[in-house]
Amino acid sequence: MTDIVMLTVVGVLMALAIGLVAKFFGAKTDPLVEQLGELMPGANCGGCGFAGCADYANAMAAGKAKPGSCPSMSDETLKKVCELLGVQAEKGDPKVAVVCCSGDDHHATRVALYNGVNDCLNAMMVAGGAKGCTYGCLGLGSCARACPFGAIEILPTHVAKIHPNLCKGCGKCESVCPRHVIKLVPRSAAAINVYCNSPEKAPVKKKVCSGGCIGCRKCVKAAAEGQMIINGFLAAVNYDNPPPESVVEVCPAKCLRKAE
Amino acid sequence: MAKKHIKFYGGVHPSEGKVSNSESIVNAPLQELYTVPLQQHIGAPTKPVVQKGDKVLRGQLLAEAGGFVSAPIHSPTSGTVKDLTTCLSANGSKTPAMIIESDGEDKTADPLPPFENWEETDPAALKARVGEAGIVGMGGAMFPTIVKFSPPQGVVIDTLILNGVECEPCLTADHRLMLETPEVIIKGARIIGRILGVKRIVIAIEMNKPDAIDTLTQAAKGTDVTVMPLIVRYPQGAEKQLVYAVTGRTVPSGGLPAAVGCVVSNVATTAAICEAVCLGKPLYERVTTVTGTPLVKPGNFRFRFGTLFRTALELCGGVSENPAKIISGGPMMGMAVYSLEIPIVKGTSGITLMSRDEVVQYTPSACLRCGRCNDVCPMTMMPGILSAQIEHQRFELAEKWHVLDCIECGSCAYVCPARRPLVQHIRRAKAVVSAARKAAAAAAAKK
Repeated sequence: MTDIVMLTVVGVLMALAIGLVAKFFGAKTDPLVEQLGELMPGANCGGCGFAGCADYANAMAAGKAKPGSCPSMSDETLKKVCELLGVQAEKGDPKVAVVCCSGDDHHATRVALYNGVNDCLNAMMVAGGAKGCTYGCLGLGSCARACPFGAIEILPTHVAKIHPNLCKGCGKCESVCPRHVIKLVPRSAAAINVYCNSPEKAPVKKKVCSGGCIGCRKCVKAAAEGQMIINGFLAAVNYDNPPPESVVEVCPAKCLRKAE
Repeated sequence: MAKKHIKFYGGVHPSEGKVSNSESIVNAPLQELYTVPLQQHIGAPTKPVVQKGDKVLRGQLLAEAGGFVSAPIHSPTSGTVKDLTTCLSANGSKTPAMIIESDGEDKTADPLPPFENWEETDPAALKARVGEAGIVGMGGAMFPTIVKFSPPQGVVIDTLILNGVECEPCLTADHRLMLETPEVIIKGARIIGRILGVKRIVIAIEMNKPDAIDTLTQAAKGTDVTVMPLIVRYPQGAEKQLVYAVTGRTVPSGGLPAAVGCVVSNVATTAAICEAVCLGKPLYERVTTVTGTPLVKPGNFRFRFGTLFRTALELCGGVSENPAKIISGGPMMGMAVYSLEIPIVKGTSGITLMSRDEVVQYTPSACLRCGRCNDVCPMTMMPGILSAQIEHQRFELAEKWHVLDCIECGSCAYVCPARRPLVQHIRRAKAVVSAARKAAAAAAAKK
């Protein structure tokens, strides 16, 4: 009986002590930060330019950042955040990542058997990877592992594919791709893209990949002026002034395609 | 051999496989075409000084140095500049290259006046010659030698170490060079000694080359050069390990051998320096070992730069079976290549072919925590746990754990019973960390 009483007394005293310590010595958190933190998506993708969701919430509460930089926040949540902060949202144009390469196993030639570490940068360091094209997707999935939203799939044909409905445009994949073949483009203008990244001349490209841009300029002629750009031997969509989707029909190499 | 041999920490002893060590150096016949890459060094790219269609002579300047950390390129033979194009290099990237079409006459230009009386020449003039002859570290790193010979202000160099270790398995180019041209190496050593003003010149040779030790000891008689036999251990040819084995001094993390008063020079580089100073011959050829079991007749050849790997294999009588792997360099530190259209450059110490039986495919399993990698790492790093962190992309932690100190010798991966690709992970981390450092430095410069 005494044991039970003693334990109860000790328990109550301890609880009181903990309560008091928490009250007088507890770390003071800004309630605003806490509220913001609950609204943040928690993906820690870094797309806002800060080192994770908590960092961005702190910056917003301190007035150093504006809401709207978070690529994965829904409009509804953004509204709530703006209400909390009492500011107007400045939502930038949402972005989407595009793998500018058609070099899957049906198109790209393989020059070597790579059996090293399953990482694109590692493959790059051993004779530049297994594929003949030195500009295209290596298909080893460094981007897919870096994506916090699971939006990148490595197809069985060894090329990365981005699912635009899952992609939030945070740009993590863009920063890890050693070939710089993933590009962030405005979502509103990304209906059609040039799926090639090689600036080489057409005969050089043709030797290593049958899916690359041959620099024929047909798309440039078919689109209105300024809608398609050609840099050397590589066409590109002008995302500030995108061409109509019908332009894809003129591409003989089938590397100007609608977004999948 | 009165002195006790110091053993550096760690290291391994792979099967030597030096089958071509009794093959004399053969001068490779003149080729019709040479593909001369315009960057055969670490540092700033060179600037071409000849145009397409120009006539050039052997040893004529093709491209001048593009900065202090750079090295000029000279023509391997006389002929015409056929084209300015790109070629594949051993690391898989495309580099600008010049195609020289030989006229078959091999007329020499030798535009550099030889210093016949180098013992009285100003050391600064000798050093300038090392730069204009385009000499780079021929052990494989291809670092411009003139930079190595220009220690920072206030640093006193007291020891010159000639690297005749050749610890890399299969390669015998330096070994043959030491046997066949010992007096050139000794003279080169004394020239470098004059440039640096050092007191002590040591030629370090591993004890698995007793004939080279004897030959050089004979040739060094009456000079201030000494020959030091070392125990056989890979990677003793790495600068920091060699400095420790010869002098007992430890090069600090991130530092160069100059920080402890040493300069290390490969024997092939030393011979090239002697020829540049005494004969006025710029660097346009080197001795390369072509070896491997698939080859009909492995050997050591003196190739002009720009000779393709294909030609090198043909000179060995071709292959008796299809090789599974072609490596530029030796089996431990070389780079696997997928094409034979790669030219031999200043740093190509060897071409190693491996047969299908020798290339074993391993599936890495989980780390056993056995710690063997820690025992063999010559830089006293912990490759096992380091690579585990790198696998989880913790590059900041890797940087804190001095990942940039790794010399990529591959001893850790060589001994790993779980067959984990330890050195490969570390190489990736080094690339990521140095890229991040460069970006940070660029950002700081902008501010």
